[in-house]
Amino acid sequence: MDDLVQGLRAYIAERYLDMAPEDLPPDYPLVSNGLIDSFNLVDLALYVEETFHVHIDDTELNANVFDSVYGLAALIKVRS
Amino acid sequence: MLPPGDTLAHILAHHLETAPDRGAVVLMGRSSETHLTVRQLLDGAGVYADQYKASGVRPGEVVVDLLPPGAPLLFAFLGGVLMGAVPCVLPFPTEKLDPVRYRENLTALIQVTHPAAMVAEPALASELREALPHDPAMKAILGCSDDWKEGSGAQVPDLWEGLMRGPQDLALLQHSSGTTGLQKGVALSHTSILSQLAAYLPALRLSDEDVVVSWLPLYHDMGLIAGFLLPLLAGVKLILMSPFEWARAPWMLMQAVSRHRGTLVWLPNFAYNFCAERIPDRALKGIDLSSWRAVINCSEPMYASSHQMFSNRFIPYGIKPEALTTCYAMAENVFAVTQGPIEGRVTIDRVASESLQRRGLAEPEAGGSQRVVEVVSAGPPLPNCAVQVVGEEGQIVGERQVGELALRSDCMLSGYYNRADATQSALRDGWFLTGDLGYVADGQVYITGRKKDLMIVGGKNIYPQDIEQLIGSVPGVYPGRAVVFGIADQELGTEQVVAIAEIDPRHPRGEAALGLDIRRSVSTGSEITLRHVKIVDERWLVKTSSGKLARSANREKFLTEQGRTRIGSESE
Repeated sequence: MDDLVQGLRAYIAERYLDMAPEDLPPDYPLVSNGLIDSFNLVDLALYVEETFHVHIDDTELNANVFDSVYGLAALIKVRS
Repeated sequence: MLPPGDTLAHILAHHLETAPDRGAVVLMGRSSETHLTVRQLLDGAGVYADQYKASGVRPGEVVVDLLPPGAPLLFAFLGGVLMGAVPCVLPFPTEKLDPVRYRENLTALIQVTHPAAMVAEPALASELREALPHDPAMKAILGCSDDWKEGSGAQVPDLWEGLMRGPQDLALLQHSSGTTGLQKGVALSHTSILSQLAAYLPALRLSDEDVVVSWLPLYHDMGLIAGFLLPLLAGVKLILMSPFEWARAPWMLMQAVSRHRGTLVWLPNFAYNFCAERIPDRALKGIDLSSWRAVINCSEPMYASSHQMFSNRFIPYGIKPEALTTCYAMAENVFAVTQGPIEGRVTIDRVASESLQRRGLAEPEAGGSQRVVEVVSAGPPLPNCAVQVVGEEGQIVGERQVGELALRSDCMLSGYYNRADATQSALRDGWFLTGDLGYVADGQVYITGRKKDLMIVGGKNIYPQDIEQLIGSVPGVYPGRAVVFGIADQELGTEQVVAIAEIDPRHPRGEAALGLDIRRSVSTGSEITLRHVKIVDERWLVKTSSGKLARSANREKFLTEQGRTRIGSESE
């Protein structure tokens, strides 16, 4: 697991779910299972923009664009 | 202000006759706007009224509206009003929502309410026709269609059966969410709605120049009354957006106020924090909020810190600090019970924390090193509302003494629909027992907590028993051993939901996996997401002598373990 995946997983697990990062499988479908809500997604998009300088448009905040930690990491890699 | 007329239909007919081409509603999308005049809105409503009538719906019967945000939702609701039916807006199923749970909730509603018709988008309507249990009262589950317009003549108010309804007849039903909420529909008469507006519009100092902006869902009282019927009936313009679009692009609210010179907006407290913290500068380029007369905090516990954050963020864009105000409202009173100052400063009561928590007395701070709680005033009661504070023995308590708030007004519910039992237990000698705890000081009402276990999450009323039931159905959770409660989160400006579930040793399952299953079950079965999930063994949960789980005792235990205080907004 690379640093990007680890970092995103820790951010999501601790900030939105109050759980230990290692308890969150990086392929777990977070958006389609509703574990993070649209308010979390807005926050996550800002975090990604500030941290990785990658813009995720608000129209892209849905499970088709990314659904898991892996999915988000892949999106950031493609765009940076 | 409010035109003459003693039913909703009479007032709509008055607007149609006097100002048919006035802009009534602007539906604001991400990249486009739809403008509807009074005539267009009521023409659209007439099409739905015709469909209800053709399906055999009669005046006085309930029509359930399950449409997503947009013009058809408004037409479907007002169609019910025009033909004298009793419309009721419920949430439509979002993508994440489990269709089985959605149908279970509708079934719970049908068993109590027995609606005559439902209207939904065609795909959902055909699914519901197949899957919902048969109810003899249900005449049709209609899939709305653009073809309905064909053959529908212009609507002449003389033909509206809604004009034949009396002022005491029911105008609409209003529900909160979940199985429990859907079984308790607040039934409101025309008189109650119009009495509410007659008292509330002057308190807002409403004028023809006002423009209401709202992203609130219409299945919520704040959205339905403040964010739809108030501007429509009072004849002021409404800018309406989808709650789903707003949640992903919160700056749409500021763009709407700026572009349409918006003056009045109602928001639940969490939206203050969300807007202040999650709107990037680039989304606010060229925004001018100087027209904003009142931002009204309503429907969940209010924090002084949320007001401060919102002011700090948006004063540079022209909003005045005195625009921030408060309101205490509930569906059982149609909407507002109190209203804070309009274009004046909200009172923040600084009281001693110790005295408030231990003795239920809101003593003004005495200085020194004592801990202080900042309680935000909800303002004085509207002229048509009386508020009493009731102690544990049912006695009226004095100034600054905390008790249950009881309410009496000329705009109260007719009852919980088909629930004489629930109506009876909520009313005592004509007073409605709100379940909210608070005190009165200097004529102003302060809310400090709740008597019931009800949670308010992002402005939505959520019953913990509904969430506990969802968790109880997850394999690996010991049946009946889940407890759910809310805790104040000042950073988010709302309640966070905590679930504690006892693992079933007969179904060994890893704690981490079980925690994820519980979260998924709650997210897809309700309107909330869980922030904290704690998996425990059989020793953790506090039970009463009868073996029942005590929510408040478990909440205390959880907070103690977390090292938190009971009241969120404490400061030294």
